[in-house]
Amino acid sequence: MQWTWNRGLILVVVAVTWTGAVRAQEQEAEVDNCRVCHSVLDDERLGGPARAFTGDIHAARGLGCADCHGGDRTLAGFEGMDPAKGFVGRPGKLQVATFCGRCHSDAAFMRQFNPSLRVDQVAEYSTSVHGRRLAELGDTAVAVCTSCHPAHAIKPPSDAASSVHPLNVAETCGACHADAEHMAGYQIPTNQLERYRRSVHWAMMTDGGDLSAPTCNDCHGNHGAAPPGFSWVGNVCGQCHSVIADHFAQSRHAKTFALLGNPGCATCHGNHEILRARPELLGLGEGAVCGQCHVAQDAGGTTATTMRGRLDSLRAAYGGADSLLLRAEHAGMEVSQARFELQGALNALVQARAAVHTFNPARVAAYVDEGLDVTAAAHQKGVEALGDLRFRRTGLGVSVTIILALIVGLVIKIRQAER
Amino acid sequence: MEQSGSASGQSRRRFIDWLMSRTLTTWLLSTSAGGLLLAVVYPAGRYLVPPAAGESAATSVTLPFTPDEVAPNEGKIFKFGSRPGILVRTTTGELRAMSAACTHLGCIVQYRPDIHHVWCACHNGHFDLNGRVLQGPPPEPLEVYTVNVREDQIVVSRGS
Amino acid sequence: MVAERGWLKELYEWLDDRLGLAAMGALAKKKDVPVHRHTIWYYLGGMTLFLFVVQIATGILLLFYYRPSSDEAYESVQFLMAEVEFGWLVRSIHHWAANLMIFTLFIHMFSVLWLRAYRAPREVTWFSGAGLLGLALAFGFTGYLLPWNELSYFATRVGTEIVGVVPLAGEFLLRVARGGEDVTGATLTRFYAFHIAVLPATSVALLGVHLFMVQKHGMSVPLDVERQGGAGGTMPFFPNFLLRDLVGWLTALAVLAALAAFFPAELGVKADQFAPAPVGIKPEWYFMFMFQTLKYLPAHILVLEGELVGIFAFAVAGLLLVIVPVLDKRSDRGEGTPLITWLVIAAIIYIIILTYLGYTASPTT
Repeated sequence: MQWTWNRGLILVVVAVTWTGAVRAQEQEAEVDNCRVCHSVLDDERLGGPARAFTGDIHAARGLGCADCHGGDRTLAGFEGMDPAKGFVGRPGKLQVATFCGRCHSDAAFMRQFNPSLRVDQVAEYSTSVHGRRLAELGDTAVAVCTSCHPAHAIKPPSDAASSVHPLNVAETCGACHADAEHMAGYQIPTNQLERYRRSVHWAMMTDGGDLSAPTCNDCHGNHGAAPPGFSWVGNVCGQCHSVIADHFAQSRHAKTFALLGNPGCATCHGNHEILRARPELLGLGEGAVCGQCHVAQDAGGTTATTMRGRLDSLRAAYGGADSLLLRAEHAGMEVSQARFELQGALNALVQARAAVHTFNPARVAAYVDEGLDVTAAAHQKGVEALGDLRFRRTGLGVSVTIILALIVGLVIKIRQAER
Repeated sequence: MEQSGSASGQSRRRFIDWLMSRTLTTWLLSTSAGGLLLAVVYPAGRYLVPPAAGESAATSVTLPFTPDEVAPNEGKIFKFGSRPGILVRTTTGELRAMSAACTHLGCIVQYRPDIHHVWCACHNGHFDLNGRVLQGPPPEPLEVYTVNVREDQIVVSRGS
Repeated sequence: MVAERGWLKELYEWLDDRLGLAAMGALAKKKDVPVHRHTIWYYLGGMTLFLFVVQIATGILLLFYYRPSSDEAYESVQFLMAEVEFGWLVRSIHHWAANLMIFTLFIHMFSVLWLRAYRAPREVTWFSGAGLLGLALAFGFTGYLLPWNELSYFATRVGTEIVGVVPLAGEFLLRVARGGEDVTGATLTRFYAFHIAVLPATSVALLGVHLFMVQKHGMSVPLDVERQGGAGGTMPFFPNFLLRDLVGWLTALAVLAALAAFFPAELGVKADQFAPAPVGIKPEWYFMFMFQTLKYLPAHILVLEGELVGIFAFAVAGLLLVIVPVLDKRSDRGEGTPLITWLVIAAIIYIIILTYLGYTASPTT
């Protein structure tokens, strides 16, 4: 999710204050008769929208029923809903996009409310799989504006209760895409939501509290929703994972994968269920992905094993130095300088792991060697710090000798006194 | 008392007498008591001498370089406890300090004079000089520290 | 030990005129220690006293660097351990001497109980000793929190919760003990005040009473020794007994130095008030048997809360222990009291088993 909302919110507040003042003047003159009547109607189809509308962002901006549905709010009774006065009842599915677009595609109009809000949603929608099926095939099972932004209860994405809040997007898309019955005619899987919920991205968003972690729309687009396509999935992932995407783009795999029609990053990391990249992912062993194409005998298999070996050696060296320093620290030794320097090894490890995507062992080795130098130095410092314990033991030896001499003296003294 | 006739027996007795003599015991007692006193007073004395670091480095640190050593549009890494920090002098001459451990995977960030902000080489994370994430995978901003300049000392502190 | 030579003699006389050293010397000479097969137990009180003095000395040294606030406590201890020369030694000795002191104190108490040394006219000595035991435990409890690490923080949270189950006043007492609703920086300052001011002052006063009573009544001779015709002989307190005491103290000092050098006091992880409690939090070992007992009690015993019953039982046991000299009239008359012997054995076995379980039982069950 790209956050323009902080800035947007300030402008919205300004806009609300301004429009609120204008509306307040108008409302003194006129009563919204639509809501007066409809909000007391028992029939949920007639009364429900009027009652739900109080929590809608449009209501908060001072808009009323007639601003979308047309008609004349000053007139009580059926004469207010005269089609001659522009009254539109419930728009059909085919009309929804244009219905909303009357305002949302009008930059001049939208500027009064939220100048930073985009006005190309309808145009984008028409390029999406949803919009194209609707326009070209008249498929009314697809999503329209109101499928994701529930009419009369529309909330901005910054509102945690909104259907398009980052934490709710997956659920909103899943309402159709995870419904096997709904998706029956389309021959696409319906397990994306379930698989996404197991991914590192979802974990980052929920457990990590990082709302900028990707959800459906960050890879598929929102209004222009479509599958990213095999040839350019790297661009999508590279939005955030740019170093890795660069490494990969220059590697031989980029070309081979393109030739074979393999989906770039997703070949190894999967798509919806993208798991945390564990060390085991690399190599030919259990849980490793290289073995999908390579065997131990071919050059690729050797490369994978070599790179894995390098990374493991750095990890082990880091772990060893770290626990040694921890031991020294718990013994009350001053090792903060060494621990500070040891962070460099972590740096090298992270860079080496990114360099795996060059599929060039020499590149990985360069980072690993840099890291190993750091761990060796830190390890040396840890050994020296623990060497201080020898000083303590010498001191202990001296003082215990003194105490023993004193005890011997005392014992002799007691013997003398009692002889 | 057992009577011992032989000469060697007598000399042994004399040796034991000498061992048990008051002068030797007094010498042993006073020497070791003095040693013990020293073994207690020395560590206690050294303990009371304030250490070089001066103060516990938990919430603030005095940097090992002077303000003159940081040119405008330059960043320097420093040690804050056992964690890295970065001090940046902006192009306008202001000093800013923040944590240098990237919030993504903990790599050490650096200042990029060409783009005037903080950058992490590991996964291309960008931070502005208020620690906020501009671009890339870091999930959280860098913790910003307070910088105070006292004559030719730079003191960086965390918290309020 | 009057000096013979010139200036020393003069100095002694000058001091004697003003302080009455001769009278004190005479008093010390008069004091005798009975010699029999239980004499060994007489050394434990003195050893506890010696360790208490070590605690005061190292405690004062620690005050030079310690800062009693939740923001700085942990860091100041870390600084003390890492940067200050011999800081590790001072803290480790304070840590180990505290544990050894409680240990010798327990043995001292059980030996007195075993030998019925509390019987008339030494009831007040016993009461003051029981008070000192309570104070020592309070020292341990308040001192444990001061480094403000994760383990001590959560142990204190659990430990203070216990006062909360007291009927009616529980909530109020909990607030007083913690200095607020929860264990926070306010609790730390509170515990600090107790640890370095209230408890030492009270202890010194009570210790004065205890030592004065010991001086007044002399050493108690155990009943069975008395029945067999009294002690075989006596030993002058000064210098014979005191020299032997010194040997014991020096041994304790050597043990302390070795413990400090080989097992320095650890610091652990800084306490985070908002982190979930780690698995396996445990109190200091001398609270372990109570902690473990409370764990084993069912949630409800009849209509009462299990924990409440447990705490009530410990309170009653503690009270009985304090008033033992009043209850035990048979010992005063020189008769045997096998019931008390069995109770002491049972208590020791109970404490050992529960403490053992506390350290070995899985923390998740």
